[in-house]
Amino acid sequence: MHKELVDVERVSLYKSKNMSKYTEDDLKVELENKEYEYGFYTELDSETFPVGLNEDIVRAISKKKEEPEWMTEWRLEAFRAWQEMEEPEWANVNYEKPDFQAISYYSAPKKADPNKKLEDVDPELLAMYKKLGISVDEQKKMNNVAIDIVVDSVSVATTFKKTLNEKGIIFCSISEAIKEHPELVRKHLGTVVPMKDNFYAALNSAVFSDGSFCYIPKGVRCPMELSTYFRINQGGTGQFERTLLVADEESYVSYLEGCTAPSRDENQLHAAVVELIAMDGAEIKYSTVQNWYPGNKEGKGGVYNFVTKRGLCEKNAKISWTQVETGSAVTWKYPSCVLKGDNSIGEFYSIAVTNNFQQADTGTKMIHLGKNTKSTIISKGISAGKSQNSYRGLVQIGARAENARNFSQCDSLLMGNNCGAHTFPYIESKNASAKIEHEATTSKIGEDQVFYCNQRGIPTEKAIALIVNGFSREVLNKLPMEFAVEAQKLLEISLEGSVG
Amino acid sequence: MLQIKNLHASVEDKDILKGINLEIKAGEVHAIMGPNGAGKSTLSSIIAGNENYEVTEGEIFLDGEEISELAPEERAHKGVFLSFQYPVEIPGVSVTNFIKTAINESRKANGKEEMPANEMLKLIREKSELLEMDRKFLSRSLNEGFSGGEKKRNEIFQMAMLEPKIAILDETDSGLDIDALRIVANGVNKLKNENNAVLVITHYQRLLDYIVPDFVHVLMDGKIVKTGGADLALELEEKGYDWIKQEQEA
Repeated sequence: MHKELVDVERVSLYKSKNMSKYTEDDLKVELENKEYEYGFYTELDSETFPVGLNEDIVRAISKKKEEPEWMTEWRLEAFRAWQEMEEPEWANVNYEKPDFQAISYYSAPKKADPNKKLEDVDPELLAMYKKLGISVDEQKKMNNVAIDIVVDSVSVATTFKKTLNEKGIIFCSISEAIKEHPELVRKHLGTVVPMKDNFYAALNSAVFSDGSFCYIPKGVRCPMELSTYFRINQGGTGQFERTLLVADEESYVSYLEGCTAPSRDENQLHAAVVELIAMDGAEIKYSTVQNWYPGNKEGKGGVYNFVTKRGLCEKNAKISWTQVETGSAVTWKYPSCVLKGDNSIGEFYSIAVTNNFQQADTGTKMIHLGKNTKSTIISKGISAGKSQNSYRGLVQIGARAENARNFSQCDSLLMGNNCGAHTFPYIESKNASAKIEHEATTSKIGEDQVFYCNQRGIPTEKAIALIVNGFSREVLNKLPMEFAVEAQKLLEISLEGSVG
Repeated sequence: MLQIKNLHASVEDKDILKGINLEIKAGEVHAIMGPNGAGKSTLSSIIAGNENYEVTEGEIFLDGEEISELAPEERAHKGVFLSFQYPVEIPGVSVTNFIKTAINESRKANGKEEMPANEMLKLIREKSELLEMDRKFLSRSLNEGFSGGEKKRNEIFQMAMLEPKIAILDETDSGLDIDALRIVANGVNKLKNENNAVLVITHYQRLLDYIVPDFVHVLMDGKIVKTGGADLALELEEKGYDWIKQEQEA
């Protein structure tokens, strides 16, 4: 195998001379004192399983969800495989490994019932959505967005189902899909991310509690953005969603995923699996805005986000991953594309922001198998505080992938003198006709840039936001409109006050 | 309008300005000329509030208010504008977005509402025409890949948008070809009125053919050593700076 490791850069910061007075210290203090905006906890009457994980718990989850036999068996097989596996250590992150026996694997708000109408939903829940800025009503009317909201583990409100039904689109919780559309779920579940794919994927396969399922029939263009809002509410619970999205031949769908979690001292585990299947000529656009609790300024608490996301492209199909990652204490996430079909296209657009003690190891894998396959990777890493931000990407060209093309661009922006940006691009090519390009830059917000803005009347805080947004522009532009605005605000909040 | 009294300044413990006195009244154009290293750019940076320079003595007044302790953006809000000799690039931020942010920040600081979008667009159109700027130019990233002439034209465009009380043009003529020079100078002249003032900092007399100064000051070794009318610039062009030095020493 021809394996080449190119351009591995490790950039650590040095003290730059001449840091002028207006910069860091005052602002840093302000930033550190900035509280996590979504750190509230809603008193819901929930039903939580006892802590610990064994076959009985797996069975109990399956039973609770009234799953068919095959599903229970599938979970158990995954659980057995997981027991034999070890937690990976190759990522450029340091954290105390979660005690998997100290987590409760199921938590559902008791009053939730998927068949209820919106009006019947627990008012506390609705208030919570409001705090998150996602009042379901409003979303329904204003944004033409159908949302499937997952609070802890169960889907509580699914909107726009009727409009979607008319087009033959299925958009529901995965639990519901297992019951209502077992043939589709059974056919596709675990085909892109096999249950034994990796440690966290296996764990998720065993204990996944809920998530979303979506099926777009042949030739249908989904008329609205589909959206899921995840939120971890209950303390001491892990959230294991499972998302399965199938776009049949020549169909199109744009899917949005947003996440928040309340602030807690203990670390919360989140291990999701997302599988996308784009059949011949289909296109899937999958956008994520993730602002899970990143921990406090001392690095205490925060979400561990260990996610496996992968999409499969058949002939002439296209999958685009766009992500804005500003939250979580530790992120381990590589949304990938398997370009199996000829002429298929994979795209990855990412903004990852880390601050304080956050650690992110994120990137993508583009696996070129078919002829004339194309992939584009644009990664923007922004590091502040004492955080570590790594891009890790694999571009793999198979022996039969004639004329494969890849373009990768990894840009890092540093603020302050205590953070780090790292790039680990791996390229493996088994076909000489492949064309692979990799570009990387590392820059620091310059004092001269800030002064220039100041001179035009723009205060430092605003100047930083402007520069960061400019840096992230190429990726922000890929987000659907309503999400782009939210993402832009999120960037400003995450970096408020950090100057370099 | 702008009054500088006995200004001393240093950078990294090196004295650059050694007692500058200057008074610029509304409606006037002043030029500061001088050899390299005389402190011309330092003076403009200090008026704008660049904190890399330390004011060790003296005062700067704008409309009677002492501003030397104010942050650069506060000075900007009060009407100080500096056209940079080397404008920086801000990738991904369009000229339009940048100027919109700048204008609205100034308005906010002065207790005004944001400028309505249609008004903003109209203003941008008007001012970009004044500087003969291509419409496409406005959506490009600020100064990224701009030619020398485009950068300077963009500086004057921003000046036109912000309508400062005192505009300092730091070596605005450097890197300009003759056409760009004419456009830039023309722009400045059109913006000039009885209520504002311009301070031109330049090495050569060239720009002063277009922007005719009321007063020309010669800055040497951190001090203003000679002041005259527009003809002083011509004399300097012809004879260089040495004769002034000799005059000083004599």
